[in-house]
Parts: sequence; structure tokens; C-alpha cells
Amino acid sequence: MKAAVIVFPGSNRDRDMLMALERAAGKPPLAVWHGDADFEPVDLIVVPGGFSYGDYLRAGAMAVHSPIMREVAKRAQAGVPVLGVCNGFQILTEAGLLPGALLRNARLKFVCRDIHMKVETAQSLFTAGYESGQVVRVPVAHHDGNYFADDETLDRLEGEGRVAFRYCTAEGEFDDTANPNGSIRHIAGIYNETKTVLGLMPHPENATDPQLGGTDVAALFDGLVAALH
Amino acid sequence: MKAKVHVTLKTGVLDPQGKAVQHALHSLGFAEVGEVRQGKFIELETGESDPTKARAAVEEMCKKLLANPVIENYSIEVEG
Repeated sequence: MKAAVIVFPGSNRDRDMLMALERAAGKPPLAVWHGDADFEPVDLIVVPGGFSYGDYLRAGAMAVHSPIMREVAKRAQAGVPVLGVCNGFQILTEAGLLPGALLRNARLKFVCRDIHMKVETAQSLFTAGYESGQVVRVPVAHHDGNYFADDETLDRLEGEGRVAFRYCTAEGEFDDTANPNGSIRHIAGIYNETKTVLGLMPHPENATDPQLGGTDVAALFDGLVAALH
Repeated sequence: MKAKVHVTLKTGVLDPQGKAVQHALHSLGFAEVGEVRQGKFIELETGESDPTKARAAVEEMCKKLLANPVIENYSIEVEG
């Protein structure tokens, strides 16, 4: 699998993502600078976490208008798989590649800790290594992770099986104490119509190495490598 | 020609910052204060001299960048 990680001024999880991808794929991915308008064909594009352009105006709003994001949008529409993590998720919603928006956390605090999330469906490129309903532990680190969309959009997402992950307790129960940011219907991640674009607030790249406290999400990267090799 | 843009969260979109400000005002003794909604104010020089053109340009700017139509409304005031 050949992957590319997009790097913006203010990205800060790009190196973690490069390492997680290299561990799974056995070869280093491409790091693509935001000012580049083009890059070689790849099997997977990752928009990593951080604070691109200082989160000016709204998180992700400025990154959408960088030369590289026009190319990413074009390739996403052509069917190239795209993974957006944290700020990457915010950027994909701002770009209109995923529905909804990420608001300020409901309790207004920056949240940085491990959470649990439920894999809603194993029927996707990204979650083939899981059982539907499996609970995984993964870190979050964000200030604007409160997912919001109108009821009609939410019903459509649920009806089409496009909710990827939901925040839950270690036992898999949905309750407000297990929801770190107030996200509507406990949503932690969603897919686009073709399930080739995934955006999520938690950091899968930081749950792939036992030295960082857990490897629950290594299967996401291993599954991508198996599907896209 | 200057334009002033107010960007506000749509009705029904939770505004935790507005809520925190409301609570702070209550604790300062402004007990009668009701709902508080927080937004953004943007002032910009449009580079246009015709108010209709200026408004149309700012409208485009709001749609493309200044506001996120999923969660925000905007209003535009053209000066002069």
C-alpha cells in the first residue's frame, strides 16, 4: 500500500501517522506539503491531526483552500480512499467531502485522554479487521470535536450504515459520561456515500504501538494494507 | 467600500460558549439575563465602490469561507 500524508503548517500528528502507516505497510509513506498542487498516485490519502493554519476562522476552514486540498478532493471524488483524523476530519467536513460539522466541545475544555468507541460496522475498507459492535480503546486530543448535523442528515447517515464509530463505555454502553465532547448521537466518525472517505476525531495512529499504551486500532491500518496492497 | 459581517450559530445548534457566558453573567449578579449566543464580527474593505457589487462579493465570500452554512447564519452590512 502506498499512502500519502498531507502536511499543513500547524499539523502535529503527521509524524505519528507516518510511523503508524510505515509499521503496517512496511514502507515509508509520502509526506506531501500543503503548497504542492500535485503528487504521485497513491492508494490512500491521510489528512492528519493538528491545528492547520492555527485553526483560524474555524478549525479546518483555511486548509480547505490550500492547493493540495483541491487535489485531495478531486481524488476522493474519483474513489481514492481518504482518512481524516481529528483536524483532518474537520478539514473533510469543511471541504464538503463529509456531511456535518465539528463544534466546540460541549464542556468547553480541551479533552486529551483515552476513550472507548464502538465499531458500528465491519463492512468497510477501514474496519474489515473488526467485528461489528467491537469496542476499542483509543486516545482523543481536541477542543472542537463535538459532531453536529441536522436530524435529516443524521437519519440518512444511520440509515445508510455510514456511522463508523460511536463513543461508548468500556462495556459498549452509550451514555453521556462516555461521550468526551457532546457529539450528537455519540458519533465519533462517519463515512461518505461510498464509504471510501472516513473522518473521525479519535487518533488511530496513537493506538498502534504497545509503548504508547495500546494497539486496539492497529487492525485499521493492517486492514487497509490488506485491502490496498 | 467597507462591509461588516456578523456570523452567528443557527438556531438549534448548541452554543456552549454562549451558555458559559450566560452563567458567568448570572454569577456576576445579572440574574435577569436570558439566553446568550456568541458569534463572530468581521469587518473588511471590499475594494468595490458600488454597494450592489460589494454586497454580492461579500455574499460569495460568506458562502465560500467566512461562514459554514451547516452550522452558521450570516448577515451583511455595506457601509456608505
